[in-house]
Amino acid sequence: MSTPFYVSPQQAMADRAEYARKGIARGRSLVVLQYADGIVFVGENPSRALHKFSEIYDRIGFAAAGKYNEYENLRIGGVRYADLRGYTYDRDDVTARGLANVYAQTLGTIFSSAAEKPYEVELVVAEVGESPEGDQIYRLPHDGSIVDEHGSVAVGGNSEQISTYLDQQHRDGMTLAEALRLAVQALSRDTNGGEREIPAERLEVAVLDRTRPQQRKFKRIVGGQLVRLLGGDSSAASEEEDEDGGKGEGKDGDSAK
Amino acid sequence: MEANPRSTGRLPAAFLTPGSSSFMDFLTEHQPEVLPGNRQLPPVQGTVEAPHGTTIVAASFPGGVVLAGDRRATMGNVIAQRDIEKVFPADEYSAVGIAGTAGLAVEMVKLFQLELEHFEKVEGAQLSLEGKANRLSTMIRSNLGMAMQGLAVVPLFAGFDVDRGKGRIFSYDVTGGRSEERGFAATGSGSVFARGAMKKLFREDLTEDQAVTLVVQALYDAADDDSATGGPDLPRRIFPIVTVITEDGFRKLTEEESSAVARSIVERRQEQPDGPRAELL
Repeated sequence: MSTPFYVSPQQAMADRAEYARKGIARGRSLVVLQYADGIVFVGENPSRALHKFSEIYDRIGFAAAGKYNEYENLRIGGVRYADLRGYTYDRDDVTARGLANVYAQTLGTIFSSAAEKPYEVELVVAEVGESPEGDQIYRLPHDGSIVDEHGSVAVGGNSEQISTYLDQQHRDGMTLAEALRLAVQALSRDTNGGEREIPAERLEVAVLDRTRPQQRKFKRIVGGQLVRLLGGDSSAASEEEDEDGGKGEGKDGDSAK
Repeated sequence: MEANPRSTGRLPAAFLTPGSSSFMDFLTEHQPEVLPGNRQLPPVQGTVEAPHGTTIVAASFPGGVVLAGDRRATMGNVIAQRDIEKVFPADEYSAVGIAGTAGLAVEMVKLFQLELEHFEKVEGAQLSLEGKANRLSTMIRSNLGMAMQGLAVVPLFAGFDVDRGKGRIFSYDVTGGRSEERGFAATGSGSVFARGAMKKLFREDLTEDQAVTLVVQALYDAADDDSATGGPDLPRRIFPIVTVITEDGFRKLTEEESSAVARSIVERRQEQPDGPRAELL
């Protein structure tokens, strides 16, 4: 019987991290930015049905880069976690920090367990507060660490370069249209420094809008509204609610107590 | 090995198992003890005394549906609560009104709202109106054990069917039996009188405002003849809860709006205590 080769723990972990990072890098990048009235998620996504961004709870949104089946699993796990917690306690007791912790524990355990392959995903969990100071954005890399981000964050293949660009350009109190245009500029930059065009129909955009009257603040921005915002038409913001469509719901005020 | 989901440990396997988009199915798998239907009630002599909610009425009009309820909860011959709310939004395009044991009913609505919201978040699309009505049916059925001990919950479900472009009303019995009602419906102890009133006043071509007046008239008549139903309480400023669901979604009338309707009805009844008269032939 042959003895397996000795692999140092450092080497084993480095290999797993390398594996996960490569997987994530194959996916397209996405960015999450704070703006004056909330948090905007922007990514390149040719699919209309398979989303990279989604609603977890009233004020909490989720973004993921990497392998679809793995982050979809984590997303549904997060929705279940949030709904169960809100059902057991109260809707106010569901927080992005709690959810980010659970994700970090889950990713960390999977990453260091020799029996499982590491997840090739990088997540962002964001919660919109009553004011910009209350906004929280957490980035969760594949290995179970948590990074508390401010202002802007990018994950996915080209994230380092995009982050650097966003750090330079992003400022507090941007309007939605400004933040959106900055995000698209950042995403359009190629690794080799060139730029390419991303048409509106290949963009997936969602916001956590603190000014939304409904309890659920998550909303997708699609179609005409997205084109108007990208085109820089300042009247677009006032028409947001009309385009709202089926998303979110009309639980108004405290009638559901 | 698996951590408590409420602490910060790893998500247990049940959370990450793909499959069902139903929150109730997930609870059945993961924490069956918190589901209302799974609670075992010890055998009791006679019935359990608990506050009961009373009358709920609904009426459809071209373009939508209204759902309204009185504000009284009774426990035997005692008024347990004067300002209980028994009509709730289920989601953006539907509402549910509950008659029966108030505590259980409120819990059922909470779980029902969550069930619809959970499905919407997981699937990225809303359930059809029929689908929603069926989920409610299942929930009522799971309460049958309690119902046989006198703790029944009988809701009325109304919503705007986005696919068909019209308002629809579903009524239930204690066993979860569901039937779609044409025009108008009522449930609860005062429902007999409310239905009688609506039968005489309902027309197919009501406007939204007329439909609102109709349901408040019906609640007035129910309160007139049923001691468990509360009428508009002018001194305390307690008025029926009236909700309207149209293409634009769910809307609850503000206190000013519902008080205006209730006051005008009370005023007219000063002259005609039995309300508007229908044609004899």
